[in-house]
Amino acid sequence: MARLFEYQSKKILKNMGIRVPEGGLAFTPEEARQIAFKIGKPVVLKIQVWLTGRAGKGGIRFAESAGEADAVAREMFGMKVGNFVVDKILVEEKLRIKTECFVGLVIDDAKKTPLLIFSSVGGTGIEEIAREHPDKVFQIPIDVLTGLRDYEVRNLLRRAGLSGKILVQLSAVLAKLYRVARRYDARSAEINPLVITESDLVYAADCHIAVDDYAVYRHPELDIEVAREFDRPPTRLEKIAYQVEENDHRGTFYFLQMTEDIPPEKKYIGFHGAGGGGSMMSMDAVLDKGFKLANYCDTSGNPSASKVYRAAKIILSQPNINGYFASGSGVASQEQYHSARGMVKAFHEENLEIPAVIRLGGNFEEKAIEILGTYLKDIQATVEGYGRDDTPESCAKRLEELIEKSKSVHEVKPVVFPDVPEDRYFFETLTGRIFIDHQKCPDCKTKGCVEACSPGILKIEEGKSVLEVSLVEAKKGKCTECLACEIYCKFHEQDAIFIHLPIPGLKDYRKRLIKS
Amino acid sequence: MSILVNEKSKVIVQGITGREGMVRTQLMKDYGTQVVAGVTPGKGGGEVHDVPVYDTVEEAWEKAGPIDASVIFVPASLVRNAALEAMDAGVKLLVIVPDRVPIYDVLEISRIAQDKGACFVGPNTLGLVSPGKAVLGMIGGRAERAKEWFSAGDIGVSSRSGGMTSAISYYLTEAGFGQSTIVHVGGDAVVGLSHPEVMELFEQDDETQIVVMFGEIGTTQEERVADLIQKKKFTKPLIAFIGGKAAKSGTRFSHAGAIVEGSRGSYESKVERLTKVGVHLADSVSDIPKIAKKLKGAKGG
Repeated sequence: MARLFEYQSKKILKNMGIRVPEGGLAFTPEEARQIAFKIGKPVVLKIQVWLTGRAGKGGIRFAESAGEADAVAREMFGMKVGNFVVDKILVEEKLRIKTECFVGLVIDDAKKTPLLIFSSVGGTGIEEIAREHPDKVFQIPIDVLTGLRDYEVRNLLRRAGLSGKILVQLSAVLAKLYRVARRYDARSAEINPLVITESDLVYAADCHIAVDDYAVYRHPELDIEVAREFDRPPTRLEKIAYQVEENDHRGTFYFLQMTEDIPPEKKYIGFHGAGGGGSMMSMDAVLDKGFKLANYCDTSGNPSASKVYRAAKIILSQPNINGYFASGSGVASQEQYHSARGMVKAFHEENLEIPAVIRLGGNFEEKAIEILGTYLKDIQATVEGYGRDDTPESCAKRLEELIEKSKSVHEVKPVVFPDVPEDRYFFETLTGRIFIDHQKCPDCKTKGCVEACSPGILKIEEGKSVLEVSLVEAKKGKCTECLACEIYCKFHEQDAIFIHLPIPGLKDYRKRLIKS
Repeated sequence: MSILVNEKSKVIVQGITGREGMVRTQLMKDYGTQVVAGVTPGKGGGEVHDVPVYDTVEEAWEKAGPIDASVIFVPASLVRNAALEAMDAGVKLLVIVPDRVPIYDVLEISRIAQDKGACFVGPNTLGLVSPGKAVLGMIGGRAERAKEWFSAGDIGVSSRSGGMTSAISYYLTEAGFGQSTIVHVGGDAVVGLSHPEVMELFEQDDETQIVVMFGEIGTTQEERVADLIQKKKFTKPLIAFIGGKAAKSGTRFSHAGAIVEGSRGSYESKVERLTKVGVHLADSVSDIPKIAKKLKGAKGG
């Protein structure tokens, strides 16, 4: 779920006609002062982070005047709360609260409907309140075809003990909240507290909306940078990884960093899973061995070799890891040699020095393991391939032994692009470019790149390997970026083919990393 | 017997002319599934692997119907329409393979399925297979593999992870235990047939003697299976393996379903509930055939 900040959520509520406190977003103490001055009443300052229980962490404070707001904001900016460094503060009028309620909308996976939950008691600790006073919590499942009818909400509120004008005001808010959720494809939307002021006006004093990752594309106006659930802002490397996923929809690529600060202590590994369930099982197996994960990564759903390559490059952008563990369910439906080729290319470019255990069980695993064995036997590191009859537990144990023996620590290297003369023959692919050095072709005896190419789009013309389909077709995806031509040429022939698969931002990222 | 699909089921493929649609139509046909038609608007009149292609499901029904199941391979943003079209034409079982289908679209499909008396597997599913009879979806990847990995027998398999569906079934086959039907219920937070619904189907199936379930953190599916057992609505021996022991609460992994919401949905909650009602919990995938063997031994089979 892609979470929105409180200020974003409130803007949406306001546009839908739900009353929110007057206020604005400050990025500096000076702005906080100006907003407080404009409000001209006592204010509340709220840090904008994806955490609950901010009040207990010093993230919600009050100020009587603009001057005080400035001073308080000065203390709040730069504060470290959870994984956040405070850089935004919402400054709002302080409400004169009579009662606090709670309203939330979630998706009920059992009933397969949205569910509206209302409690006449709200505020901090709503979960405990709900547990201790289940009689105060009321729910209605919503029919997605007909929507939420006003009278359904009024019935709910009456059962919750409300009446009169407040009932009418509240029912409007509840009905609108569902419309907000529906319009923005919210997996959850909640207002807590939903405040009734001393002058009997209903305000949304706090609001959190989380948008369905799969529907983020329908809402460009929300400016969601990385449509994943995080309890912290995404790291730079995660943003780079997310862009790879955005640019190539073949299969799934998911990358999450567990830590950005890895001590060189033989405990951390780069983790490369395949498939949600298989990844979890594999992760449980390595954690059981006492390893820590630097990252969690999943390439599955029949990803291209180029995507797996990029995933490996991103995993290997983490310094100080001691091993590389790739493992999925063990019986994957996808053709596993694509993953093997992606890793071969990445491990060679990185001149891998840490041991890697690659469990590639599934369709064509024999071929996949053979690719790893054949093409990675000469690199510095030990890379071992395993199949469906090797358990994740035994593979984790093997990695432990290899790490014990190797004692090497991964060093991140700069991204280098080989010198390619301007007149070199090349064609574009879906996400990259293939260069072929035709000067080397005459020395090639086998012309094996043509046979290696799985979509069969290469041919020999005047002794040189060239594209058989049009440039446009190759770029549109006829070239599947299977990497077989490059690997064949590099290891069996003249090393004349180079496939450039850029990862935007990675060069810079590594440069900075190496500097520091 | 088996559940949901057998060798007599007449099947169509929506999105048959796409990359995945074409490859998996080959898989299904080679395995023995009766694929009677394909549908891609605008491509009517063509053929894919000797399967006639029509512009609409209605037309496919007229020419090749009645149709028992539709396997959907269209892009995620078009899934809702494809599913509604199939149900409108009268198809009662859908297998929705694509992932990234927006959740409110799934809720709508589910609501309409209720009205039409239809059901669906997925989204985000590899599909299902009744070994020796038919495959719906893409499980196994290729027919030779599906024939090698899955064998006919009396163990039902239901899993929230595609890879684990195949893995569990393969290890059962290796150990000499065949399967009645293997269902990948799909990896998303809301799916059509979830574990409890699949359990109810296995309960009705005479051939199924034992069921294996792969669960994950997030959602209430496994807890609801425990409820079913408690209410005696599911009475067959159940072996469960739950993934995500090490996952931190609030951290979401690739499956949209793997979200921990409060204590409900956590690893501990699932294991505790299932253990209490007498489910056999496996600690690793290699335990599953061992437990199956014990259960079989106890039954004298």
